[in-house]
Formats: sequence, structure tokens, C-alpha cells
Amino acid sequence: MGAASSTSEGTTTQPTALKRIPHDLAVALDPEELAAHDRQWTPLKIAIWSAISLLGGLSWVMLAVVRGETVNAIWFVFAAICTYLIGYRFYSKFIEKHIIRPDDRRATPAEYKADGKDFAATDRRVLFGHHFAAIAGAGPLVGPVLAAQLGYLPGTIWIIVGVVLAGAVQDYLVLHFSMRRGGRSLGQMARDELGVIGGTAALIATLVIMVIIVAILALVVTNALAESPWGVFSVGMTIPIALFMGCYLRFFRPGKITEISIIGFVLLIAAIIGGGMVNGSEWGQTYLLLDKVTIAWGIIIYGFIAAILPVWLLLAPRDYLSTFMKIGTIGMLAVAIVIIRPEISVPAVSEFATSGTGPVVAGTLFPFLFVTIACGALSGFHALIASGTTPKLIQKERQTRFIGYGGMLMESLVAIMALVAALSIDRGIYFAMNSSPALTGGTVQGAVAFVNGLGLTGVNLTPDMLTDMATNVGEETIVSRTGGAPTLAVGLSHIMQQLVGGTSMMSFWYHFAIMFEALFILTAVDAGTRVARFMLQDSLGNFFPKFKNTSWRPGAWAATAVMVAAWGAVLLMGVTDPLGGINTLFPLFGIANQLLAAIALAVCMAIVAKRGLFKYLWIVALPLGFAAVVTISASFLKIFSTTPGIGYFAQNRAFSDALAAGETSFGTAPNVLAMEAVVRNTMVQGVLSIIFVVLSIIVILTAIQATVRAYRQRSNATSEDDAVQSQIYAPAGFIMTPPEKVLQAEWDALPVHKKITIKGH
Amino acid sequence: MTLLAGVRRGARGVVWYLKGVLGEDAYEKYVAHHASECETDAEVGGHAEHPLLTEREFWRDQTDRQDKNPQGRCC
Repeated sequence: MGAASSTSEGTTTQPTALKRIPHDLAVALDPEELAAHDRQWTPLKIAIWSAISLLGGLSWVMLAVVRGETVNAIWFVFAAICTYLIGYRFYSKFIEKHIIRPDDRRATPAEYKADGKDFAATDRRVLFGHHFAAIAGAGPLVGPVLAAQLGYLPGTIWIIVGVVLAGAVQDYLVLHFSMRRGGRSLGQMARDELGVIGGTAALIATLVIMVIIVAILALVVTNALAESPWGVFSVGMTIPIALFMGCYLRFFRPGKITEISIIGFVLLIAAIIGGGMVNGSEWGQTYLLLDKVTIAWGIIIYGFIAAILPVWLLLAPRDYLSTFMKIGTIGMLAVAIVIIRPEISVPAVSEFATSGTGPVVAGTLFPFLFVTIACGALSGFHALIASGTTPKLIQKERQTRFIGYGGMLMESLVAIMALVAALSIDRGIYFAMNSSPALTGGTVQGAVAFVNGLGLTGVNLTPDMLTDMATNVGEETIVSRTGGAPTLAVGLSHIMQQLVGGTSMMSFWYHFAIMFEALFILTAVDAGTRVARFMLQDSLGNFFPKFKNTSWRPGAWAATAVMVAAWGAVLLMGVTDPLGGINTLFPLFGIANQLLAAIALAVCMAIVAKRGLFKYLWIVALPLGFAAVVTISASFLKIFSTTPGIGYFAQNRAFSDALAAGETSFGTAPNVLAMEAVVRNTMVQGVLSIIFVVLSIIVILTAIQATVRAYRQRSNATSEDDAVQSQIYAPAGFIMTPPEKVLQAEWDALPVHKKITIKGH
Repeated sequence: MTLLAGVRRGARGVVWYLKGVLGEDAYEKYVAHHASECETDAEVGGHAEHPLLTEREFWRDQTDRQDKNPQGRCC
């Protein structure tokens, strides 16, 4: 452990004797030259940044101050992009200068541990795509949709400001710290920095959180596929398509990934079109019109089989498809929003923000907005990715800003587009789709009566609106299709049909969107189960050594079964919940994700403190403090609130009391069986909330303890790997700066045999 | 002619990027790494403990490694 290697000011007088010019050419730019370039404000640069600031400012005024009948969607996009650019150019550079302190003379793990496989230097732009594909999933698409009930402004502000000050900071720090430690995982870093207690709590919390996240993602997909023969067929077809792709790559043409992905994509489109025919056929209506419980069992069985099959057969090919679809669809939606520029007539802040009685997710704006929109603003799950594959592939230290901070900004933009898509549909339809069947009765009449009864200004829902929309998107009904995915699909189809195909194409676009989300989620379910299984086996291995051997079949199968049973139980609880499912469980998902973020930020804070950078500790302490306050207060409300709609135990007590009083129906539960289910579910949810919050408080306290200890000792220590001299050069950002161009040209002019110097081991 | 060349360059760029993001260039990277490794080994006396995997072997090995070291996908 070299305390000596921690000082990386970037000057040439270093105890580690790292050289800027180890052989013929420099591997890093002169820090003086870099700083000079940053300080040099040419008139052109000033003009560009003034224009960005003005446009951003104007967009925020249009969103937050001007109160017209409607607001155009383009202002969301401009406000987001301009704020991201400013945050990236100024705040991330500030963090780079004062906390990250990258040193391009140091070799990255991809260079000094190079093995050509797991550790391999990857072009920064390609790695940006990789990293983005790994962090972006269904989360940023679903959360903003549910938060739209609070009006457009709270969600927009949190997504944009939250990412700049919290989400992107977390991703950037974790990525960089993990890279400086040879690509160590978050769990290992937690143990190194926080000791045994904090480390163990972080590990258990990660495992439990993983289970909850997988369960709720599965619930989202269940809700999207229930009562939808079209969806069941087209999403079901992804399984044989992926199996075919897997076999093609294994036996026929290994490595031809792009080729098979294009074939797979064409087959997917065929499956969506085929789904339309199946939907119209008699056998489709007879065999594929499935209820939620059946779909949930299907996903549980599928999840188990998928997680024990070899990766090459199902997971890897579906991953390729998912990446392909992700980049394509997000690009397509961006183009469509810019061209169509939908008008949005939702109020800036709705009455539910303060009353807390919103039917979609219960609770007031604070703290529930910040747990409903997790991914897209701040997502703890990213810390697992940023301390996984990505740090092992980075070429040069200075690239972490572009990949870590920049990658998260992209994800935030996806969340903004999802929000715009959800906001662009009629508000009455929005509430009819997102209120639980317990409230609407699941019928068109019930939904119309319920939504109009909410007394929202400007909302006048008619039965025709609901049945027409259902017919247009090729579904039996759109009433109470909770979970966010169907709403986003309606929004996307509403926008896309204006660009391509008109009303007759809406059903295609709707099912395209459902397929797109289901692909991510099924991959996340499969991968999450595998990761959780390994974590469980690793822990069990401490007591029964045999479990450590992950290729021991019975052990692997047993551990997989345990993990599937865990998330499967929560999933079944969600689909059978008499209170609705999504509205009671989604807060748990958000809280779990944000608590993981608090854990990751706590580890980062301990690392920064140990390096003695107290003056800039606030950069980490600010998002950590916010995440901690939000999640702990949300957890406490879920545990202690006396309002049954919000507090799990209050709900539990209300129903147990009713049962004790001999009542045979209570609230939205029509019979004793349903009442008992509510008592059971709320107990499980309440206990889970307690486990989460206790584990997180332990982690945060140990991190504070480590920080205080570091301050007392005036610590300058580090748990980084020792510095190794770099032999290669690459630019840092997407576009090369003039000094980078000059150096790159020199490297390009080198004869080939001199360039390959990555040796490793 | 220059326009055509520009389009061709752009198209090649897109293909390069797509292949990179999907990970199709993994084998090429592995071969390049192996070649540079052999160069060093030759300098210090040579070794044959890491024979170059064929393309088919490499891809099998890659997915098998993923089996043993699963990575999460995000939510």
C-alpha cells in the first residue's frame, strides 16, 4: 500500500518517479498546458458558453415561471441539455481538479493488468456506449412516469439538478476509485474503507436491495403483459429468438455479433407484427390472454431456468439485442420529440404534491418524489456497474470524467424523455391507467367515475377515450395498467405515430415500446439473479466451504432457487395485493435504490477523507446528506406514519383491527381472505423497510466514523494500488482539445510496432 | 468523389462504433494483446504457456468466464 502513490498532483516531481515522457513520446499532457488551455477564454468559447447559458436559462423560465395553458416539450429537452453541458464543463471539472486528481502518467488497470480479455484498454467513445448500455435500464423509464402525477416541474427539477449534483457525482467517484484499485467492487471497497461491520452491512444491504429491485422490475413487466395476448406473444418470442442467436454465435459463426444482432432485430420486429395477428386470432385470445398471477409464475419459472442456463445460450444474446434496441429506441424517441415537439397541458405542480393523496404512488412531494424517481437522478445500482466491468476497460485516468459523469448525464436525458412521453398523453387517461384496480374496479365505467371524481381541473374523461385508446394500441383495456411501462408505451406510440404511420401504427409502436422495456427487465432479472446467487454462495461458503465452488451444480441450483424464491415471493405479493401492488411496492424499490446510493457515497466520503481532502469533502457530503435524509425520512414514514395509505404498519393495524372486529370487508379488500393478505403483505413490507434503513444507517455511521478518524489523524493514506508507469496515450473527452490533437498526431505518426506497448501482468 | 469518400468514412465509423459497443472487436483486441505479449516474452526467452486461442475457442472462453463471474445489469 503506497501512501506515496496517493499524491497525484500531476507535477513532474513525484516520489513514485512516474514519467510524463517514458520513452519517445509523452503519455500525458503537461498539466500546466492543460490548465492554461482551460483558462484561455477565446471570444468564440465565450460566445458558445453564453449561448448555452442563455438558452438554458430561457428554457427554465419557460418551464418554471411562464404559466400558459400548455408548455412545449422542447423546453424540457433544452433545459436538460444546457444544464448538463454546464454541469459537465464546470462542476465535473471542479471535482476532477479537487477530488479525483487524475494522473495520465499512471497506468490504468486495463494497461498494467492487461490480459486481452477482462482487462483490455477500450476506446473511450466505445466504452462510453458500453457503460451507458450497462447503466440504462427500465428504471429511468418507469420512475418519471409515476412521478408525473405530482406535475411536470418537481420531477424535471429533480432529474436535472439531481443528476448534476448527486447521480453523476456518485458514478464518477465510484468509477474512478474502483479504477485506482484495480477494478475492485463496491463491496470490497466498503470492507476496505469501513471495516468489518460497515463492510458486512453494505454487503447484506446490497443483496437484499438486489432482490427487491429484481422483484419490482418483474412486477412492472407482469403488469405490462397481463391480459395482453399481443404482449405475451411478442415478448415470449424473444426467448426462441435469443436461443437461436446464442446457438448461431456458439456453433455457426462465433463472434459475428453485429450480424446476428441485426438478424435478431428483424426477427423481433416480425414477432411484434406477428403478435398483432395472434391478438386477432381465436387461439391467441384463448391461450395467451393470461392473468397477472399466471404471468408472474411464468416469469418466476423463466427466471430460474434462465439463471441456471449457460450465459452463451440466453443471457449473452439477449444482452446484444437489448443494447441494440436501447440505443436505437432512445435515439428514435429523441429525434421524434425534437421534430414533433408535443404540447404538454399537465400543471407544473399538481394538488397531489402537497396533499399526498395521489392515486399512483401515495405520499407528498418530500420525500416521495426523490424515491419515486431514483434512476435518472441518482441511482445506487450504478455504483455496482461503475465498480464492475467499466473500470477494467478504461485506457487513461482522465477519461473517467467523460465515461462516469458523462454517461450518467445521458441516462438522465433518457429519464427526461420518458417524463415528456408520459406527460404528453391526456391527463385523464394517465390517471385511469395508473390508478390501481382497487380504485377503478378495473372497468372503464369505474375508471371514468374515479378519475372524474378526483376533481382535477381540465380533466374530463369519457368512456370513449379509454376504449378508443385501448383499440388503437391493440390492448383489451388500458384501465389500471399500473407500473409505468404501459403508460410510457402509450406516450411513445402517441409521439411516434405523429412521425411515422399515424393512428394505424399506434399498436405497433405500443408493443415495440413494451418489448423494448421487457427486454431490459428480463435481462436485469436474469443477471440480477445470477449476481445475487454468487453473493449468497460466497456468504454460505464461509460456513459450508463446498458452496464457495460456484461450479458445483447442486449448490448453484440451490442458491439460485433461494434467490428466485425470494424475489418471486415479493413479486407474487405484489400481483395479488388487494391494495394495488405498484403503489405500495414502488416506494420500496426507490428507497432501496437510493439507500444503495447512500452506501456508495458513504464509501466515497471515507475514501476522500482518508486522502485528507477535507476542504472539498462537501462535494460528496452534499449528495450523501440529501440521499440519507430523503431515504431515511421516507423509510421512517413507511414505518411510523399513522396514515394507513403511507405507513405499512398503520395499514397493517387498520386491517388487523377490522379482522379482530369480525368485519368481512374493509377498504378496498372485498373479503376476509384479501384482508388477511393485506395484513401479511404490509408486515413483510414494513419489516423490509426496517432492514433497509437499519443496514444503511450502520453503513453511514461507520463512514462518518472513518471520516472523523481520518480528520483527527490528518490522514494522507490510501488503499489504492501502487502507481505503475503508463506507456500509452489517449485523449480524455469525446472531442479532442487542441493540445490533445497535437499529441495524438505525434502518436499517430509512430510506426505501428512501437505503439503496442500494453504488456500487463 | 470526395462526398462519396466522406460517406464511406462515416459509414465505416458507424460500423466501427456499433461493433465496439456490442463487443465484436474483443477477439481482435485479444490477438493484438497476445502479439505484444509474445514480443516481450521473446525478449526474455520465450514461452508457450499461453498459446493463442482460435476465434471459436476465444468466444467460448469469453462466455464461460461470464458464467463464472456474472455482472449485474441496471434497473
